[in-house]
Amino acid sequence: MNESFLFGKLTLDAIPFHEPIIMGAVGGMVLAGLAVVGALTYFKAWKLLWDEWLTSVDHKKIGIMYIILALVMLLRGFADALMMRSQQAIASAGAAGYLPPEHFDQVFTAHGVIMIFFMAMPFVIGLMNIVMPLQIGARDVAFPYLNSLSFWLTAAGAMLVNISLAIGEFAHAGWLAYPPLSELPFSPGVGVDYYIWALQISGIGTLLTGVNFITTILKMRAPGMKLMHMPIFTWTTLCANMLIVAAFPILTVTLAMLGLDRYFGMHFFTHDGGGNPMMYVNLIWAWGHPEVYILVIPCFGIYSEVVATFSGKSLFGYKSMVYATMCITVLSFIVWLHHFFTMGSGAKVNAFFGITTMIISIPTGVKIFNWLFTMYRGRVRLEVPVLWTIGFIITFAIGGMTGVLMAVPPADFVLHNSLFLIAHFHNAIIGGVVFGVMAGFSYWFPKATGFKLDPFLGKVSFWSWFIGFYIAFMPIYALGLMGMTRRLAHVDNPVWHAYLIVAAVGAVIIGVGIAATVLQVVLSIVRRDKLKDTTGDPWNGRTLEWATSSPPAFYNFANVPVVKGIDAFWTMKQEGKAPKLEPSYAKIHMPKNTGTGFIIGILSIGLGFALTWHIWWMAAGAFLAMVGMTIWHSFDEHRDWFVPSETVARTEALHFGVKAPEVVQ
Amino acid sequence: MTAIVKDREFAHADHSDAGKTPLGFWIYLMSDCVLFASIFAGFVVLRDNLNGGPAGRELFDLSFVAVETGLLLVSSLTYGMAMIAANAGNLRTVFVWLALTFLCGFGFVSMEVHEFGKLIAEGAGPDRSGFLSGFFTLVGTHGLHVTSGLVWMGVMFVQLALRGLTAVNRTRLLLLSLFWHFLDIVWIGVFSIVYLMGAA
Amino acid sequence: MTKPVDKHEFEDGHAFEDTGSGHVTVKSYLVGFVLSVILTAVPFWLVMTHAAPAGVLIPAIIAVGVVQIGVHLKCFLHMDRSASQIWNNAAFVFAAIIVGILIVGSLWIMYHLNMNMMPGMMPVE
Repeated sequence: MNESFLFGKLTLDAIPFHEPIIMGAVGGMVLAGLAVVGALTYFKAWKLLWDEWLTSVDHKKIGIMYIILALVMLLRGFADALMMRSQQAIASAGAAGYLPPEHFDQVFTAHGVIMIFFMAMPFVIGLMNIVMPLQIGARDVAFPYLNSLSFWLTAAGAMLVNISLAIGEFAHAGWLAYPPLSELPFSPGVGVDYYIWALQISGIGTLLTGVNFITTILKMRAPGMKLMHMPIFTWTTLCANMLIVAAFPILTVTLAMLGLDRYFGMHFFTHDGGGNPMMYVNLIWAWGHPEVYILVIPCFGIYSEVVATFSGKSLFGYKSMVYATMCITVLSFIVWLHHFFTMGSGAKVNAFFGITTMIISIPTGVKIFNWLFTMYRGRVRLEVPVLWTIGFIITFAIGGMTGVLMAVPPADFVLHNSLFLIAHFHNAIIGGVVFGVMAGFSYWFPKATGFKLDPFLGKVSFWSWFIGFYIAFMPIYALGLMGMTRRLAHVDNPVWHAYLIVAAVGAVIIGVGIAATVLQVVLSIVRRDKLKDTTGDPWNGRTLEWATSSPPAFYNFANVPVVKGIDAFWTMKQEGKAPKLEPSYAKIHMPKNTGTGFIIGILSIGLGFALTWHIWWMAAGAFLAMVGMTIWHSFDEHRDWFVPSETVARTEALHFGVKAPEVVQ
Repeated sequence: MTAIVKDREFAHADHSDAGKTPLGFWIYLMSDCVLFASIFAGFVVLRDNLNGGPAGRELFDLSFVAVETGLLLVSSLTYGMAMIAANAGNLRTVFVWLALTFLCGFGFVSMEVHEFGKLIAEGAGPDRSGFLSGFFTLVGTHGLHVTSGLVWMGVMFVQLALRGLTAVNRTRLLLLSLFWHFLDIVWIGVFSIVYLMGAA
Repeated sequence: MTKPVDKHEFEDGHAFEDTGSGHVTVKSYLVGFVLSVILTAVPFWLVMTHAAPAGVLIPAIIAVGVVQIGVHLKCFLHMDRSASQIWNNAAFVFAAIIVGILIVGSLWIMYHLNMNMMPGMMPVE
């Protein structure tokens, strides 16, 4: 391949002008981008954007940006899903469909990568960002600047994936890019390189988040809050971040080795030269299985909070919930081989991992019963978050059972790589993670923004997702049992056609759910005065995040609360000790905003892009600039300031002043 | 006077969350442990995949490796002495010990670069076999860590020279010491598993 | 200029002690250094002089290596059981478990894989 010094492998041919679907999508993205730029300019909001958001180290704002990223990427990932479902529905009756195989391959790869890395992860981390520091009574996370850097690195990874749509191509080797297919001889294009650098850059961001949140939880809890007083969501955040810190380095190494194979001709996973492709499968799943739990454990925490709040009771079996979470955290590291039973490690190895896989379902079962017993004889208010939770309990139980089914190695030999597997993990991830983040989204939305989400559209969204999920994935279970394998651009079996059409209809219904969410957000913003949460405690909550105003002041708590047990805010309310307007306040020590994280994030896009296209001068420049920025930032030791006590007093008066009339009544 | 008061308030505010930064850095180091463990796992799995190329016992010069190891061990001792000087508030002595540490570390990296160059010139480069890919990646990753430690030490010199042994700089010295000693521990794994077992 | 501030802060207390790093003395470094030199020299000597048969050599290298890691943790990284270090220790134990699972598990899986899938290429035992 000819490479120029200035542009590396990049030429004008890299832009797929001949692909109308891609160009349409790119055009849409460019138009949307221009619209945003235009709106920012029209409303003269650039300075506001920079001062209040891009340079913000406020965990709540960073959390909101994570969730915006997740929602945007949900649209992108779901568009991919619709394309796959419609292609298979059309192309199973002997027709060729509208997606050529090499495009279809990129679509399913992008769908998986986007949904896991750039939808589910940012959504979960965004909720942790908003909620966890509030729940432990802290004013920020342990390392606010790192938090900002984490977000911008994640966003940079997402950006690279989207750039790949317009310039070049994305990987077509599946969401985990198994070699030898992802090796240079079989994927000579830039797709896998985009994949590698997008995940490496965002992976570093995720790892830093893990370090940050563990330190925050261990070191910054409000006085009196022992570990066994922490809200369950904080517990699950702790466990998920332990998993991040322990698992993400494995991903980094695995992808680095793949990169070394591709860039330096090494032989880690090549099938010649002494490489071993099976080792990639082994290593990537040693990260991949914990990753599943990184996503779902925080969602278990969300369900626990929702169930306790809306049942008006303490969570049933708090301690068993904590221990179950800890068990899952450790066990999730000894089940990874169940993703490749068929690789051929033999009966002994398969039996071990089959049994550990079945064991891990036990603590999960414990949790299900805890939620059910919490609701039992409680006064359950059927608000939107509760609907998502009940939908989860039903759906996830089914997904869990099909999982245990596949934990039996002989059964797995039949079902491996079939659509049964696809249905299983969508059942677990949609039922577990998507329903979870949607529950958390509607539950904590008023806390983050100051107004509730429109409940009617929330219900529309829930029922569409719930019904759409079953219509989309039950036929896929059936197709898997009938022998249809995954990742087919085109099938000729007429018997499967009807099932695939039903599945496509289900996907459309899910699409209605997503549209309802988008509409819900827009409509709620328009009608925010009507939906306003003036109390800071719209759901009669139990944990400390509800002890602040909605949205909380940037310093979260004017006076750091003192905690005596679980459900700290509930106890305060019972004892009549909820925060009220004090005659005077002390000044508050807070971190200053910094643009360093944003700039390093932008530079990392340049680095990833340059490495993908072999533009070495640009890669070196971007890398040196990133190192330089980091060193420059380390010389800035004035990263903190004190909020004057008058500012605190004024902010608090505003919060309680709004509330005052209600108190009088 | 006001400067002192302000600085003390600052230190106090930071102090209420005492030990945040060292703990966070320690957690990062633990994740680095897992990073090295993954590379070790990869190396050991590929150890016998020679692809007709040379094996470890034909390539490794153990006395060379012993000198490298010696340099790292001495650098650990000198860094320790720098920490003690910092505890005693003796900036000048800190500089001397840090400079010695830097020299040892620089010597180590230079030796490693020399070894790599020699192997590549002999046709035993990282693209020769699975074994050599694993070798270069494992040893190289450790070397890159040491190199970034050296860069950090260079920045540390400037920060110490500009601001002295402030609370912030003391914490940084502590973090760098954790990093430096941690790399020593990784090197124990490297010389035991890569070089000694390779030559045994 | 900065001197008085430094002095003041230094008198304020032992900055290093409450940062979770344990005690720092010249003695601990010297003891650690001497021990680690010995523990490095022994396996190098064993291998370079072929003083022990191969069957003993590998376990010996591993054992001495583990001991040396312990020495480094104790004398250089100052790990101890003090209350201020509880989270450092907990993180260390967790990481050690993960490292063990990862390395032992990978080797176990890949060994059996090679045995089953490429029996001809396994070393004769």
